[in-house]
Parts: sequence; structure tokens; C-alpha cells
Amino acid sequence: MSNGIQIHVNGEARGWRIGGTVADLLNELAIKTERVAVELNLEILDRNDFGHRSLKDGDRVEILSFIGGGC
Amino acid sequence: MVTNDRLTIAGHEFRSRLWVGTGKYKDFAETKKAIEASGADVVTVAVRRVNITDRSKENLLDYIDSKKYTILPNTAGCYTVEDAVRYARLARAAGVSDLVKLEVLGDEKTLFPDTAGLIEAAKILIKEGFIVLPYTNDDPIVAKKLVDIGCPAVMPLAAPIGSGLGIRNPYNLKIIMETVKVPIIVDAGVGTASDAALAMEYGADAVLMNTAIAGAQDPIMMAEAMKYAVYAGRLAYKAGRIPRKLYATASSPIEGML
Repeated sequence: MSNGIQIHVNGEARGWRIGGTVADLLNELAIKTERVAVELNLEILDRNDFGHRSLKDGDRVEILSFIGGGC
Repeated sequence: MVTNDRLTIAGHEFRSRLWVGTGKYKDFAETKKAIEASGADVVTVAVRRVNITDRSKENLLDYIDSKKYTILPNTAGCYTVEDAVRYARLARAAGVSDLVKLEVLGDEKTLFPDTAGLIEAAKILIKEGFIVLPYTNDDPIVAKKLVDIGCPAVMPLAAPIGSGLGIRNPYNLKIIMETVKVPIIVDAGVGTASDAALAMEYGADAVLMNTAIAGAQDPIMMAEAMKYAVYAGRLAYKAGRIPRKLYATASSPIEGML
């Protein structure tokens, strides 16, 4: 991949492109933007910012959602 | 019938006094059926990493209508103040409300709450506008402290999470119910219907459970049993039980006997 950089998504290394945003990443992973929380380098992002936060080399992204749980 | 017996916490009104967790079920279909059978309108969920390698997996929230149910995220699995606060913030970012069931656990073997950490985390989150429902020990002093810092309800345990031991310290729970003037939700440790009924008879405002239903041989049937148990316990509490006496009092009159 030209302009290739590497990011970490949920702990896994992943190739990425310069200028690609959080929204692009979610779209690529087929994850609906509602119901998820995204943490970029430990900063929790506002859902409205997904489209204008581009990912840089070495960025660590965590994508979380609700699962079954009690206590 | 007790009509309009609604439970209100920080402006949120709940119809059901049985709250249920969504863990440990065979699949989402069973989860959904059990929730329906329980009549609960509050369901707890955990916050975890999305599976990015297998996107074919279904999402729990596809099965739970968030218009019908109040989704109560928890901070289960958090052993530090920092982690609990982080997960609460993530839950708010992923969800729709400021509600959080706050857990700061002290130890993997007992899953008892670290109450010092709990109070510290609750303070931080309340300052950030969260509605903190704390999972706490059956300790009346801690319960009072949690209310003093702004928790609109407290959730003391009956017994260790998933233990099914029932109410281990009924006297402490009664003291909490008498001294704390916010709703009390007995959380964790219920094993069967009578445990839930007893909690309500003592004066709990609601009961939260997961394993007692999900781990039963027939979870759907147990969910229904719990619905009736909580309802019966609530009615008995409102009706007012007779005092305990050591000796008999005949129910049939002596007058008219031969």
C-alpha cells in the first residue's frame, strides 16, 4: 500500500492510509457508528467527530460496544 | 393490586422492580425470551471491545429494544478507580444516557466491591454528570456515604456475585433500608425465587439478578418465577406482615364449642 501507515485497532496491528478517518475505519470494519464508543490514544471521541479525526501512524484505536453482562 | 407502584430514580421511572442482567445466556434469542418472561424494564449490559475479526457476530442490542428497556451499562471487571471511570465514560459515549451501574471490584475470588475505590470513582463520575448506581457491600455506613456524595440509589449485594447463596446478612440490609432514604436495589447473590421475595419483603425497592435466571435449568421459567417472587414480596411488604410470636394464637373462636 502506498502512503501506508500502521495503526492498532483493539490491540491488533493494521495497515492504514494517510488521511483515513475514524469513520472510514468503522465503515471498513462494517461497524455501525451508533452504539459504539471509540477511544483514540485514550481519548474518548465524540461520535460527531468520527468523520474528521484522521488516524496517524502508531495511533491506538479502541472500539467498544455493549455485550451481555450482569454484575 | 398495587397500581402506580412505580420506582423513580433521578427522574427515571421504572415499572418493574425486577432488574435483570444479560450475561451467561446460551444465545441472544434466549436472552430476549428470559427478559420478556421476567417483565423487567431495566437490563444491565457490559462494555467490551467489538470483535473486529468476525463481523458476522450479532449484536446484543439488536435483540433489546432500547425504547422499551432502560439499558444500564455496568463497569464489571474493573478493579481500579481509573478503569471504572474509563469504562463508565465509554459506556456513556456508546449509549444514550448518563446512567451507570458502578462497580469497583476488590478481589477476583469474591468479586466483593472495593468500597473505598467505589466512593472515589462515584465522586468523579457524579461531578461529570453521571447518575451513579453503585454496586456496594451490605455495609450501612458505606451506603450512607454513597448517598451523601450524591448517588440517587444504592445497590447492596445479597451475597457474592453468581453465588446463589441468597441474603447473607438480612440485618445489615434492613439497617440500610431503614437509614438510607434513597431506593435500595438488592444486587447479586440471589439463588432462587424465595431469595428475591425475601429481599422485597425486607423493603428493597428492587432486585437485580443475572446468574439466578441465566444459570437455571430452565432460564425462561425461572425468569417468570422471579417476576412473581418480586411482585409477591413487594405486595407482602406493602401489606405489612404480622408480628412474630413465640406461642400460638387460635384462628378459630372458642365461643360456640361444645
